[in-house]
Amino acid sequence: MATFRLPPNSRIRKGKTWTAAEGVSNRRRFIVYRYDPDSGENPRMDTYEVDMDKCGPMVLDALIKIKNEVDATLTFRRSCREGICGSCSMNIGGENTLACTRAIADHKGDIKVYPLPHMQVVKDLVPDMTMFYAQYASIKPWLRTRTPAPADRERLQSKQDQEKIDMPSACILCACCSTACPSYWWNSDRFLGPAILLQAYRWLVDSRDEATGERLDALEDPFRLYRCHTIMNCTRTCPKDLNPARAIAETKKLLAERRQ
Amino acid sequence: MTLRTPLRRVLGLGAAHDGTSHWWAERMTAAALVPLGLWFAVSLLRLDDLDYAAVHAWAGAPLNTVLLVLFVAITFYHSQLGVRVVIEDYVHGRALKLVSLVLVDFLHLLLGVASVVAVLRVSFGTAA
Repeated sequence: MATFRLPPNSRIRKGKTWTAAEGVSNRRRFIVYRYDPDSGENPRMDTYEVDMDKCGPMVLDALIKIKNEVDATLTFRRSCREGICGSCSMNIGGENTLACTRAIADHKGDIKVYPLPHMQVVKDLVPDMTMFYAQYASIKPWLRTRTPAPADRERLQSKQDQEKIDMPSACILCACCSTACPSYWWNSDRFLGPAILLQAYRWLVDSRDEATGERLDALEDPFRLYRCHTIMNCTRTCPKDLNPARAIAETKKLLAERRQ
Repeated sequence: MTLRTPLRRVLGLGAAHDGTSHWWAERMTAAALVPLGLWFAVSLLRLDDLDYAAVHAWAGAPLNTVLLVLFVAITFYHSQLGVRVVIEDYVHGRALKLVSLVLVDFLHLLLGVASVVAVLRVSFGTAA
């Protein structure tokens, strides 16, 4: 059966508190999920008080400040700090988003920070993305053609056709949507999840691709595609304002269309 | 620890090339149940009395018999489609899942046929 309670070794305990220095007037508390697999201990929630007068505006700024100045053991992924690499996706204030594009001012009171939900945790805020990337590889995310490319130019595409892949191409594979999806929580071993299905759609609607039928064949499965029950958490949480739910609905329509 | 590559695990047994019929049937039965459900509720409300004689007279009209049988059959078909998804979502043990799915199918068929027979008996039965 589905497991609705965390296994004993995953249950979260209360952790340590780092208070800000005395005299700090503008302080904010960040309550952060901590897990160290080498310690053999259960995960815990550590509380960090941050001096907001000496901190950048984004949640990632606060996390970097904590790591630099308070607790160097705090572990998280980050790279571009401008919402294009997808590394710092995490659950902030109950919502999957990018720490680098989420303003601290958008939250009231204490800010709770967890790793992406329902993923194996490598350490602290770092989830194991191995299976997510394998699912991405499974949809063959590259142009597949039988017609050789023209000898003297690239494969051409009209402006209108290009616009069809603009939205799905803007996905940064941060996995916020997939890990916000209950269907993905319960069946991530077989359901591809919104992020990967959005990418599958990106190749389905690419006017230059010649493997549309094969791609639909590979998706037509009660689990790979049809675990999507239009819950829409994906679209609601996407930090890039994309619409994976619509892409999945369009994919289902293509599958229905080819049998009418 | 597994020696299989992540891609091998993701690809699993491959795509079933199925699911579209189920998806389509779920939507078509849902669409059919909207007018049928409304018709059923309104018809019952408009009956002066809900005793056997009144219902027998109403259900005995040919159009009502047809719609009643459709309503009951489609309801059970739609329910079977939906409950199947719930089990696929939440039941993960291989044996338990198989047994649950078979039981659900049998139960829906049994109750569906029983309901249709009940409708026909009321429709075609002698007046009380």
